[in-house]
Amino acid sequence: MTTELTQAPGSAGSERHIPDTVSNAAATPDREQPYGALGLKEDEYLKIREILGRRPTSGELAMYSVMWSEHCSYKSSKIYLRQFGEKVSPAMKKNLMVGMGENAGVVDIGNGWAVTFKGESHNHPSYIEPFQGAATGVGGIVRDIISMGARPVAVMDQLRFGAIDAPDTQRVVDGVVSGISFYANCLGLPNIGGETVFDAVYQGNPLVNVTSVGVLRHEDLHLANAKGAGNKVVLFGARTGGDGIGGASILASDTFSAGGPTKRPSVQVGDPFAEKVLIECCLELFRDELVEGIQDLGAAGISCATSELASNGDGGMFIELEKVLLRDPTLTAEEILMSESQERMMAVVRPDKLDAFLAVVAKWEVETSVLGEVTDTGRLIINWHGEEIVNVEPRTVAVDGPVYERPVAYPSWLDELQADTARSLDRPETGDELREQFLALLGSPNLADKSWITNQYDTYVLGNTALSFPDDGGMIRVDEESGLGFAIATDANGRYCQLDPAQGARLALAEAYRNVAATGATPVAVTDCLNFGSPENPEVMWQFSKTVEALSDACLEMEIPVTGGNVSFYNQTGTAPIHPTPVIGVLGVIDDVAKRIPSGWQDEGDNIYLLGTTSLELDGSAWAGTIHDHLGGRPPAVNLEAERQLAGLLAAGGSESLLGSAHDLSEGGLGQALAESVLRFGVGARVWLDEVMERDGVDAATALFSESTGRVLVSVPREDDVKFRGLCEGRGYPVARIGVTDKQNPGLEVQDLFTVDLNELQQTHRQTLPARFGALIAE
Amino acid sequence: MPTIVVEVMPKAELLDPQGKAVTFALARLGKDFATEVRIGKRFEIAVDEVTDAILADVKQLADDVFSNSVIEDVVSIEVLQDSAATVAAEASSTAAAL
Repeated sequence: MTTELTQAPGSAGSERHIPDTVSNAAATPDREQPYGALGLKEDEYLKIREILGRRPTSGELAMYSVMWSEHCSYKSSKIYLRQFGEKVSPAMKKNLMVGMGENAGVVDIGNGWAVTFKGESHNHPSYIEPFQGAATGVGGIVRDIISMGARPVAVMDQLRFGAIDAPDTQRVVDGVVSGISFYANCLGLPNIGGETVFDAVYQGNPLVNVTSVGVLRHEDLHLANAKGAGNKVVLFGARTGGDGIGGASILASDTFSAGGPTKRPSVQVGDPFAEKVLIECCLELFRDELVEGIQDLGAAGISCATSELASNGDGGMFIELEKVLLRDPTLTAEEILMSESQERMMAVVRPDKLDAFLAVVAKWEVETSVLGEVTDTGRLIINWHGEEIVNVEPRTVAVDGPVYERPVAYPSWLDELQADTARSLDRPETGDELREQFLALLGSPNLADKSWITNQYDTYVLGNTALSFPDDGGMIRVDEESGLGFAIATDANGRYCQLDPAQGARLALAEAYRNVAATGATPVAVTDCLNFGSPENPEVMWQFSKTVEALSDACLEMEIPVTGGNVSFYNQTGTAPIHPTPVIGVLGVIDDVAKRIPSGWQDEGDNIYLLGTTSLELDGSAWAGTIHDHLGGRPPAVNLEAERQLAGLLAAGGSESLLGSAHDLSEGGLGQALAESVLRFGVGARVWLDEVMERDGVDAATALFSESTGRVLVSVPREDDVKFRGLCEGRGYPVARIGVTDKQNPGLEVQDLFTVDLNELQQTHRQTLPARFGALIAE
Repeated sequence: MPTIVVEVMPKAELLDPQGKAVTFALARLGKDFATEVRIGKRFEIAVDEVTDAILADVKQLADDVFSNSVIEDVVSIEVLQDSAATVAAEASSTAAAL
């Protein structure tokens, strides 16, 4: 009845693709190869020829091209990222079980428990196909966590979209949010926080970063490497198909008959149910000690897994590629090497444990094939139906790729941008003006309620979520007996980073650190996801170099190690790079999640204190952006030592249960923090600003909207007031009582200036996203 | 009244998790003759008449609205005349009766 308009390539089966063998490559040195179309530069191609002493086979070219891509090789960022490993003090190593360079960092949190966490980007796929791009982003980072031997327990996502009213934004927002919720909800993982930012700079290049956290016992820690000659190399999980190999088809194109292959899709489709089974299967394999190591397959698929496993182990591996189980039998050897099909894992298994391994995998109905074995030859050899198509030294593929010291240049526009400060902008003076601008900020897309997004996520699944959105950080109970848990928060302010990337990085770290501290946890480790424009643009490279330098210095100063992370380059809308967006995630530990500090007011008559001091720091602020559409000047100052003091103060206050609530001040300043504290549980407050204005020498607009750092809003029950004041005095941290909570009048009264009732606060805060994207799910 | 039928399938190269689930389900039912099941979408658009302009419009809609060209292909667009539609309806009611 129907006629097929498209046909799978080569499905007739008459003409099988004949791969390029090693001997063929040696015999035909002059054959032209499409290295340029695969993203390799001429000098890189020549380097490959030099390493091999001959031209690469098409299979080798496929492997080198994906492994030497910016995404896999970190070739532009490597020389800078070293600083994270070099700037380390003994105190930073104390709790670090696995540092940078593995699938994810691992931190000891005490009582025999460890936490592993990492952030990753899936920006470009999420613009092409928002739903699947975001979904497979979750899947990929979760597999990193599994490969360390940990059980994934939470995810969070950091999203940046174009302007909220731009025509394409809804497509991307809808797809990304439902993709994340679909995949993580199906996996049964709570989404415990994150960020959402709308800014025109992300119009053609949204950022979709996902952080995942896993928990393990110390003895369950596993590293992915291929040691022990004779050990079997096993691929298990989903079958290999033509996902995400848009470029690879070029390699095979000259060997197909008329018409050639249809261009393979550059996206992948995820199957969270298959991943859920894979999680349980891997954890059982680890528990029963049936594997030497497991490596997840992500970008660059089998090319990456084989070369990395071999490089990290004894250096040799032999693979029979035709044993890979295929979803699409027409795939060529090159395509199999490059395929990014999801939900696949590669294990190294001792021969005497192979039967037991296969029995466990069969129990979970996961398909498996033994591809080959570990060798001591120092070569990664891949055969295809008995013919050798790859014979390389694995380190040249996976580790010793090209390293570039790209040109850096101080941005030509930066001095002018920094000179254009917010000081010249009109600041409101009267109560009415202040009220109007306070509400404009509260309802602005970046400060408005994000329930439209977060309501689509499971937050409490698994039953260990102690804090989640909209609290300052997410918190998960790890040990159900003692209450031991972790908190995590992520932050980045691209506007600050555009004004001063070094300062922006310090500010992101300080805020994520402060957010974790505000939950009552003690910050212990950092992960990062560094999103930048093109590294071939010297101004972008300058921004990147300043960011890494400042971040690594700041981590050393705060004695908190970077355990791993991700770099995403080439993020630009048209030719304009995005604002530098280094997303910093901070992990904290809390002895008992029952002592967590909530972010909103709940009780009548608590004293409200503002910790820290306020200066005129409106450059790059939400106020300047929202009210004046202005970006210029210098971002706020940050004092890392003060942030440490503040965190210590909050931890002490939390463990003595002196604090009814704590909420960090950041974008939108005090005004926003006050509003959110009211909105969290619907308990109002009377607030006065005169004391702060007088002490700090600032006007009311500055007091309300400045984004000075080192500030947290806390509420203290009256009976604990003396103790709390004593604590602040003892630690010498500036504090001012600025108000009292009020359950009877659940709105916000800023004395002598303005009053907003709860209903108006809620309306203003909650309607922005639904007005754009449709009704809120589950009020 | 004629009906324009548009059929959309997930791209052959991409994973079809629904189809995979049904393939496995058939195997569990002992129907192991099914080596692969793929699941797509079918749109039936009832129209008063079929013109070239309408067909061109439907073709455009099929590409832009009914399918996501990144992950799906429009595999067919065809016109069912009254009689064919009736036959199809009878066939399905017979199937239901069985």
